[in-house]
Amino acid sequence: MERNNRKAWLYLLPALILLGAFLVYPLIDVLIYSFEEGFNFASQTYFGVGLYNYRYVLRDPYFLQALKNTFLLVLITVPVSTALALLISLGLSSIRPLRQLYQTIYFLPYVTNTLAVGLVFMVLFQKTEYTDGLVNLMLSWFGSGPVDFIDGPYWAKLFVLCFYTVWVVLPFKILVLTSALASVNQDYYKAARVDGTSRLRTFTRITLPMISPMIVYLVITGFIGAFKAYSDAVALFGTDLNAAGMNTIVGYVYDMLYGASGGYPSYASAAAILLFLIVLTITCINLMASRRQLQG
Amino acid sequence: MEIRVEHLTKRFYDRGRRQTTTAVSDLTLTAPDGALMGLLGPSGCGKSTTLNMICGLEKPDEGRIFFGGEDVTDLPPEVRGVGMVFQNYALYPHLTVLQNILFPLENLKGAARPSREEMVRRARETAALVEIEALLDRRPRELSGGQQQRVAIARALVKRPRVLLLDEPLSNLDARLRLQTREEICRIQRETGITTLFVTHDQEEAMSISHRIAVMREGLLMQEGAPQQVYDDPACLFVARFLGTPPINVFSGEVRRGALLLDGRAVLEVPEAADGPVWAGIRPEGFLPRPDGPLRCALSRVEVLGRDVSMVCTHPACENGSLRAIVPSRREAEASGGAFALRPDKVFLFDREREIRIPFRAARA
Repeated sequence: MERNNRKAWLYLLPALILLGAFLVYPLIDVLIYSFEEGFNFASQTYFGVGLYNYRYVLRDPYFLQALKNTFLLVLITVPVSTALALLISLGLSSIRPLRQLYQTIYFLPYVTNTLAVGLVFMVLFQKTEYTDGLVNLMLSWFGSGPVDFIDGPYWAKLFVLCFYTVWVVLPFKILVLTSALASVNQDYYKAARVDGTSRLRTFTRITLPMISPMIVYLVITGFIGAFKAYSDAVALFGTDLNAAGMNTIVGYVYDMLYGASGGYPSYASAAAILLFLIVLTITCINLMASRRQLQG
Repeated sequence: MEIRVEHLTKRFYDRGRRQTTTAVSDLTLTAPDGALMGLLGPSGCGKSTTLNMICGLEKPDEGRIFFGGEDVTDLPPEVRGVGMVFQNYALYPHLTVLQNILFPLENLKGAARPSREEMVRRARETAALVEIEALLDRRPRELSGGQQQRVAIARALVKRPRVLLLDEPLSNLDARLRLQTREEICRIQRETGITTLFVTHDQEEAMSISHRIAVMREGLLMQEGAPQQVYDDPACLFVARFLGTPPINVFSGEVRRGALLLDGRAVLEVPEAADGPVWAGIRPEGFLPRPDGPLRCALSRVEVLGRDVSMVCTHPACENGSLRAIVPSRREAEASGGAFALRPDKVFLFDREREIRIPFRAARA
C-alpha cells in the first residue's frame, strides 16, 4: 500500500511540477504582487503592504469602463449564443439531408483565426472615407443612416463586439448541443408521440431537461470565456482599447503590464485578482442554481 | 377491443442502397377482444415492427389495421387509443413516478382534459392497480427494474387505452423478477380486461401467459393459435423447433410403407404418410424408455435436475448432435440402456424440402 502510494506520486510528479511552476507559483506571485504597494519593477522594491493597488484599480475610470464592457458582453453574449446554438442544433438534428454539410459550415468559425475573422468583421462594419461598409449598405436599404460601428457610438461598438463574440463561440456550442440532442434516447420521443405530446411540450418537458447538464456546462464555460475576452476586442478595435472605450478586464491587465501606459505589475495583479474573484463568484452561483434546478 | 391486421406489409430502405428489406410481409392476424396475445419470434422477425405499426409509430406500406370495426391505419398514435410499454420503459428520468403517470393526461386537450384533481385521482387509481402507490414521489432511477416496469404499465394505462402494447416486457428483468412480473402482467390484464399484445423472443414467456400466440419468422406469420395447440400441433419445423424447452429433437428420417425409418430401422408406424425423406421431430417427453424399444440410442448420461430426469443420448440420424429425452425416473432410464418406444402424438413429420408438416394417423403406442 505504502509503496503503491509512493509510486503513484512518482507518476504524478512531472505533471505536478509543471503545474506548480507554471500555474500555482504565478498565481501566488500575482496575489503577492497585488498587495505590494509602489512596487518598482527595475529595483524589485516596494514601500509597503496593503490594499492601495485595489483602491487604485477600482477608482481607475479605465478599469470601470473595462468592467462595464465585460459585464455587458457577458450578460448579452452568453444567453444569446446559448439560445441561438440550441435553436440551430434543434434544426440540425431534425433535418436528414445535408446535415453533415451544415455541421461543417457551422463549425468553420471555430477553426478560423480570431484576427482574420476580426479583419473580416472590420470590412463588414467599418466606415471609411471610401465606403460605409457592407452592413451599412444593407442598413441603407431599410432607410436608416450609416452608423460607424468601429469608431462610432458606444452601443454600435458594443453591438459589433457582441455579434462577433456570439459568432465565434457558436460553433463549439452547436457541436456540444447537437451531440447532446443525439444522445437522448429516441424511445422518450416515441413514448411522447404515443401520448400525443405537442412539439412544444416535448421540447420543454423532455428535450430540455434531458440536455440540461450540457446547457449548464455551456453557460458556465461561456461565462468564464466571456469574462476572459480580450483578443476579440483587439481584432475589432486595435490595440489601444482604452482610447476606443472598448477595453475588457483582461485587456486592462495587459495594458497595465505592457501597454503604452504600462509597467505597473501591482495594478495589473490587483485587476487580475478582481477578475478571478468575479469569475469564481459567478461560477459558484451558476453551479448552485443549476444544482437546485436539476433537483427540483 | 379486437385488434385485427390485414395483409400488413412494411419495407425498409437499406442505407445507401436502392434495395429494400421486407420487415413484415402480408401479415394477417387477429387478437380477440380481451385477449392477451403474444407475438413470438427470433430477433429480426418483424414482431417489433408489427407492434410499432399497430401503435402508430410506423406507417405500413400495405394493409389495414382495425381496432374493433374501426380502421385506424391512418390515425396518429394518440387518436388510436393505444398504451405502449417500451422495452427500456422510457420513463422520463427527471420526473417523479406520479409526474410520469400524469404525463399522458396532461397532454389531453379541450373537453377530453380532466381537471387537475381528476388527473391525480386517476393516476393514483392506476398506480394502485399496478401496486406502486408507495413509490409515487420517487424518481425512476431509484426504482428496481420490476418497479419501473409497473410504472411504465401505469403510464400506458392511465389514459384508459383501447389496447395495450408491450415490447419485450420481461427482457430487461432478471430471472426471478421475470416470473413475478409475468404473473403481474397476467393479473393486470385480467383485472382491466384490456386487449393486450406483447412481443417477445422468449417462447417460455409467450407460452406461459398468452391466451393466443402468433409465431413469426422473417416477416411472415408461421402459425397462430392457443399456446398448447401450437405446441401440440406445429405447422412447420421452425415452429416445432422454436417452442419447447428442452427443444425438440430433430432426426433425418425416411417414411417407407407406413413406417418411419431412422438410420434404416423402423421406429414408428406412421399410417397414411407418403413415402420419402422427412424430418422427424420428437419432443423430449415423446420418448418412452423400454429395453426392447425400437429406437436404439447410445446413452451418454442421465441428468437429474430437480423433478426432471433427462437422458442425453446420441443417435446417428439425430440432427441436434445429442438428443434429450425427459423420462419418469432414473431407474427406468438406466434400465432401458438407451432404447425407446415413441409416443406418436409427440412425433411430428416434416417435408424434407419445404419443412412443412406431413400428417399421419396416430395409432396408440
